[in-house]
Amino acid sequence: MSTATVAKPPAKQPSPGRRRVSLPVLLLIIAGVLVLTSVVRLVTGADGITSTGQMSTALKLAVPIGLAGLGGLWAERAGVVNIGLEGMLILGTWFGAWAGFQWGPWVGVLFGILGGALGGLLHAIVTITFNVNHIVSGVALNILALGATRYLATFAFEGEEGGTSKQSPPVESLGDFSVPGLSDWLQDLNDKHWFLVSDLAGLVGGLITDLSPLTVIAVAMVPLSWWVLWRTSFGLRLRSCGENPIAAESLGVNVYKYKYLAVVISGGLAGLGGAFLSLVASNIYLEGQTGGRGYIGLAAMIFGNWMPGGLALGAGLFGYTDSLKLRGGGTNVHALLLLLAILLVIGAVYLVWRKRYIPAAITAAVSALMFVWYGLTDEVPNQVVTATPYVVTLLVLSLSAQRLRMPKADGMPYRKGQGK
Amino acid sequence: MKKFDRERVLLAVAGPVIALVVAVALTSVVLLASGKSPIEPYSLMLEQATFSDIQVLILNQAGMYYLAALAVAIGFRMNLFNIGVDGQYRLAAMVTAVVGTHLALPSFLQIPMLMLVAMLTGAFWAGIAGILKTTRGVSEVVATIMLNAIATSVIAYLTLTENFGVPVGNNQTTGVMEKSGWFPGIKVAGGEIYGFVVIAVLAGVLYWLILNRTRFGFDLRATGASESAAAASGVNAKRMVLSAMLISGAVSGLAGLPILLGDTHTYSLSFPAGLGFTAIGIALLGRNNPVGIAFAALLWAFLDKASPALDYAQPEAYDKEIAVIMQGLIVIAVVVSYEEVRRWGLRRQQRRVGEELAAAARANGNNGNNGNNDSVKEVAAR
Repeated sequence: MSTATVAKPPAKQPSPGRRRVSLPVLLLIIAGVLVLTSVVRLVTGADGITSTGQMSTALKLAVPIGLAGLGGLWAERAGVVNIGLEGMLILGTWFGAWAGFQWGPWVGVLFGILGGALGGLLHAIVTITFNVNHIVSGVALNILALGATRYLATFAFEGEEGGTSKQSPPVESLGDFSVPGLSDWLQDLNDKHWFLVSDLAGLVGGLITDLSPLTVIAVAMVPLSWWVLWRTSFGLRLRSCGENPIAAESLGVNVYKYKYLAVVISGGLAGLGGAFLSLVASNIYLEGQTGGRGYIGLAAMIFGNWMPGGLALGAGLFGYTDSLKLRGGGTNVHALLLLLAILLVIGAVYLVWRKRYIPAAITAAVSALMFVWYGLTDEVPNQVVTATPYVVTLLVLSLSAQRLRMPKADGMPYRKGQGK
Repeated sequence: MKKFDRERVLLAVAGPVIALVVAVALTSVVLLASGKSPIEPYSLMLEQATFSDIQVLILNQAGMYYLAALAVAIGFRMNLFNIGVDGQYRLAAMVTAVVGTHLALPSFLQIPMLMLVAMLTGAFWAGIAGILKTTRGVSEVVATIMLNAIATSVIAYLTLTENFGVPVGNNQTTGVMEKSGWFPGIKVAGGEIYGFVVIAVLAGVLYWLILNRTRFGFDLRATGASESAAAASGVNAKRMVLSAMLISGAVSGLAGLPILLGDTHTYSLSFPAGLGFTAIGIALLGRNNPVGIAFAALLWAFLDKASPALDYAQPEAYDKEIAVIMQGLIVIAVVVSYEEVRRWGLRRQQRRVGEELAAAARANGNNGNNGNNDSVKEVAAR
C-alpha cells in the first residue's frame, strides 16, 4: 500500500488509506451511471427502468428505510449501536395508526414519532444507564415492541369499524401533491423515450410527482441531520461521545445526556419511518408491516459509511430494487443485468489500471457470467429481484469493509469517570 | 472454598429470579392498566400446563427452541452475534426436506444422512458470514441479517413448482418425505413427543462437554473473554471465529428438524419462522449455560403453548398476546438484572478481597515485607 501511495500523484490523497471522492468526481460517476443506464434502456427496450412511476415508487419505498437508517446514524454517532430500530419502527406504525384513525393523520405522525422515541428511551436506559450490551438490548427491544403492539392492537382496534386484532381501521390520507406544470411536462418527456433526456426526466419527475408531505419532511431530514451533526457544536459534542467519550467528558461534555438525546432522537426518526409506513405507504397498521426494514435501514447506514449522504444513497438503492419487485420485475431486472455486467467490466479495467490483477480477473469473470446469464435468458426469477438489495449490500460490505470507518467508541460501554 | 461456591450459585440464580419477578410484576401492571385481573391469567396458564396434551406441545416446542438457542449460545460464548440462526435453520430444513423427498435409504442411514445434510446446510450458510468476517472484516451482525433475507429468497426460489415445490391447495410444499426419514416419536398419553427431543438433549450434553472439557472449548471461551489475551497465548482468533460460526450454523441447521422429521414431513409456507430471533432471547435468559437454556426454552414454550387458552377462558377471556409481552419483558428484565447482579457480585468480591488483603497486611505487619508479599499473592490467586 505504501509503495502505491508513493507511485501515485499525491494531490488526491489527503491521508493514506482514506481516499475521499470529491464532489465533482461523484457527480461525474453518477452522470456516467445515468448515461450507461440510458444506453442499456435503449438496447434492451426495458423502458420501465427509468420511468417516472418507477422512480416515484422507489422513493416511497426508500423513505422508511432511510428514516430507520438516519435513526441508526444518530445513535451510532453517539456510540450506541441500535439493532432495536426494527422495534422502534413497529412502535411507530402502531402509534401512528392508533392516533391517526382517532385524531387525524398529522396527530398520527406526531404519535408515531413519540412511540419510536419511547422505544429509543428504553434502549437508552438499558444501554446507557445499565450498560447492557447494545445488541442484546436491541434484540430484546424488538421482541418487546412486537409483543406490546400485538397486545395493544387487540384492545385498540378490535371492535372498531374496519379494525381487527391484526390491523387498524383505515386512516385518512395526508394527501399528496405534484409540482404543478413541471411534473406533467417531465412525464411527457419521459414518455418520449429519448436518450438520456427521458431518463433524467423520469428520475427528476419521480421525485416531484405524487409526493406526500411526509416524504418531503423525511427527505429534508437527511441534510438536516448532516447539518446538525457536522455543523453545530451540539453535533460535534454528540459525535465526540461516539468517538471518544472519555476525552469528551474531560472537556466538560455530559456524555450521558448526549447519548440519551441521540438515542431518543434515533427512536423518533425510526418512529417517523414507522408512521410513514402506516399512514402513507398504506393507510392502516398491519401486523408485520415493517418486514425487517429496521435491519435494512441499519445496513443502508453501514453501506453509507455512517454518513447521511451515503445512507441516502443506500436507502435509494434498496428502494429502487424493491420497486423493481413491484413493477414488472423480471424484464427490468433482466435489463439491469446488462448494466451490471458493463459496470463490472469498467470495474475490472479500473482494477487492472491499479495493477490489482487478481481482483480484476475475478471481476471480469463475474462480468462474463453476467453477460452469459443475460444472453441465455429473457427474464430473471422474481426471487432474484427480492434478494438483490441484500446481495448488493453484502458485496459492497465485503469489498469495502476495510475502508468503512465506524465511530471509534461505537458499541463500547461507557461509565462516567472511568478515564480517571 | 465452599463459601465461594455458595456465592457463585447465589449470583447465578439471583439474576434470572429477579428478572422473572420483575417481568411478572410488570406484566401484572399491564394487565391492571387494561382493566383485567392481574393474577388470574397466570393461574389459568399454570392450569393449562397440567394437561398432558399441552405438556407434549410444550416439550416439542422446547426441543426446537433448545437447539436454536444452543446455536446462538455457541456464538455468544465468543462474542459472536449469530443473528442469522433464523435463515440458517429455515434453509437447512428446506434442503433437508427436499433431499428427504428425493432420496430413500434404509432408515438407519437415512436419518443420520438427513441430519448431516441439515448441519452442512446450516454451517454453509453461517460459514459465508464467518468467511466474510475473517477475510473481509464484515460485521457478522450485518452479514447474518442480510443472509437471513437472502435465505428467504433462496427458499422461495427453490420451492417454486418448477424447481422442487409441490403445490397442495393454497400451500406450497416440498412434497412428502420418504418414510424411512421420519424420526420415530415417543407415544405418551397426551400425544407424541418428537424423538428429536432426545437429540436436543444430547446436543446440550455435547455442548457442555466441548466447551468445558476440551481444548477447543477453552480456546473458544478464552477468545470470547478477551481476544487479545487469547491471541497472546497462541489462539488463532480468525480460525476460532470461523469454526464457531460453522458449528453454530450446524447446530441451527438441526433446529428445524424436530418438527420436520417428527411431524410435518415437508417444508411448506406454514413452516415455523422466527425461531432464530426467539432463540436469542432464550440463550440470554439461560446465560449460555446448557441447563439454563433448557429451563429458558421450557419457560418460553410454556408461555407459547399455554397462552392460547386464555382467549377462550371462562368467565372472562384474556388476550393471549399477554404472553408475548411477558416474553419481551422477561428478556429486557433479564439483560438488565444480569448486568446489575454481575456488577454487584464484582463489587462484593472486590470488597472481600480488599478486606482480606487488609487483614493479611495487619496480621503480617510485624513479619516484614517478604511475608506480606506472599500473602497478597495468595489472596490474589483466589
